[in-house]
Amino acid sequence: MKVILDSEQIEQILNDLAGRIISESPRELDIAVIGIRSRGEVLAQRLSGRLSQQFGKNVPYGTLDITLYRDDLNSPQGTVQPQVRTTEISFDIDDKIIILVDDVLYTGRSARAAMDALIDLGRPRAIKLAVLVDRVGREFPIQADYAGYKSDAAPGQLVQVFLSESDGKEEVVLE
Amino acid sequence: MAIKRKSKQLKWRRKHLLGLRELNAEEITYILDTAKGFELISTRSVKKAPPLRGKVVVNLFFEDSTRTRNSFALAANRLSADVIEFTKKTSAVSKGETLLDTARNLEAMGIDIIVIRHSAGGAPKLLSRNINACVINAGDGFCEHPTQGLLDVYTIRKIKGTLDGLKIAIVGDIAHSRVARSDMWAMTKLGAEVIFVGPPTLMPTQVRRLPVSVSYSLDEVIEKVDVINMLRIQFERLGGNPFPSVREYSHYFGLTVERMKRAKPDILVMHPGPINRGLEMESEVADGRNSVILEQVTNGLAVRMAVLFLVNQAAAQGD
Repeated sequence: MKVILDSEQIEQILNDLAGRIISESPRELDIAVIGIRSRGEVLAQRLSGRLSQQFGKNVPYGTLDITLYRDDLNSPQGTVQPQVRTTEISFDIDDKIIILVDDVLYTGRSARAAMDALIDLGRPRAIKLAVLVDRVGREFPIQADYAGYKSDAAPGQLVQVFLSESDGKEEVVLE
Repeated sequence: MAIKRKSKQLKWRRKHLLGLRELNAEEITYILDTAKGFELISTRSVKKAPPLRGKVVVNLFFEDSTRTRNSFALAANRLSADVIEFTKKTSAVSKGETLLDTARNLEAMGIDIIVIRHSAGGAPKLLSRNINACVINAGDGFCEHPTQGLLDVYTIRKIKGTLDGLKIAIVGDIAHSRVARSDMWAMTKLGAEVIFVGPPTLMPTQVRRLPVSVSYSLDEVIEKVDVINMLRIQFERLGGNPFPSVREYSHYFGLTVERMKRAKPDILVMHPGPINRGLEMESEVADGRNSVILEQVTNGLAVRMAVLFLVNQAAAQGD
């Protein structure tokens, strides 16, 4: 097990992601941040705080549960069964620029499911993908618009993100 | 795809939902938690999600039903399944086909989930032992109506936060009520105290063996309870003369405006429908501020989506 990002580096990456989102987003358009359960939820909350501060206006955040949109529901899943949880988005996503947030972008399957789930909620002006860790191994033609740490972890390895709000510690490890 | 969770979570392994008696509190809670995630589908503009895409659900109803049958059909549709409607009157059952033959023929067409209502207790269990499809009990005889029990506890939990420590009266024709039985199992397993209320003629014969207390007087319990579930008088099932007259029944066991004045101010008034207005309950009470009767119907949809989803998940795991 190896720590690839510590809390300071995570903080730095989030500031950097927020800065790039700000610089590329026209001020007159509405922006909202939506995190994919469960670590994306925490990251979305943090990003929304930073964006609200720098934009000087409220950038709302919400949480998306993608379980019903997964592409592996009808295949055996081993010991871990996906649990359906709630989607909590209290604002209308129509015509907004949605910053979709996840902790790790790997195969691209979660991002695909998330886009389908979002489109059932409305018609955003655009969906942009922001991730803390961008890991090689894509199985779908999807890439991040705002990527933090780039990881070339091998297929058998596990990249795990721990965040203080959900896990009581703040680090990204490679196992 | 998802992060591996450190916390141990329940893995749902039942491909049939036959009754609530056989479930433990953890399983019941898991269904209720899952149902929460399905509520949003019914309120957003696209009222559909894809998890049962390509699956076929059969509504195999040997008894009349509007609420439950439509609720299951809509739930299955919202999960993108195809639904076949089967009713006794329009089928080969009227030509003498047996239940198992009917089910096997449907299965030969490639169906995945059978939702069955039957007047014979145990019919869903019989099916589950003889076919490969998932079986969901939508009411069997006087035995169980598990999704009604689940939607009742879901509704109570949503408003009261928990069932633990609540006093719940189930009033009326207990003897002929599968709802009373499923409610009793779900409510007591989640920590509530259940009181069956009704005339002795409408109590089940073995009621003392059940985990409930019994009262023959609604006036004695009305002040004490947090929830009151008024059952429908099922005229179609009543033989003999269980009570002298409808007026007399209503006088002793009807939920009237007068009786409601003595109830707790935040009492929940429930009814599994369809209501005999003026008999079990006065209209002012059925439509009053304590009534959650229509919430029950709305929540039923989310609960049935959750059940369809979970049995299909268990089947996909090859259990």
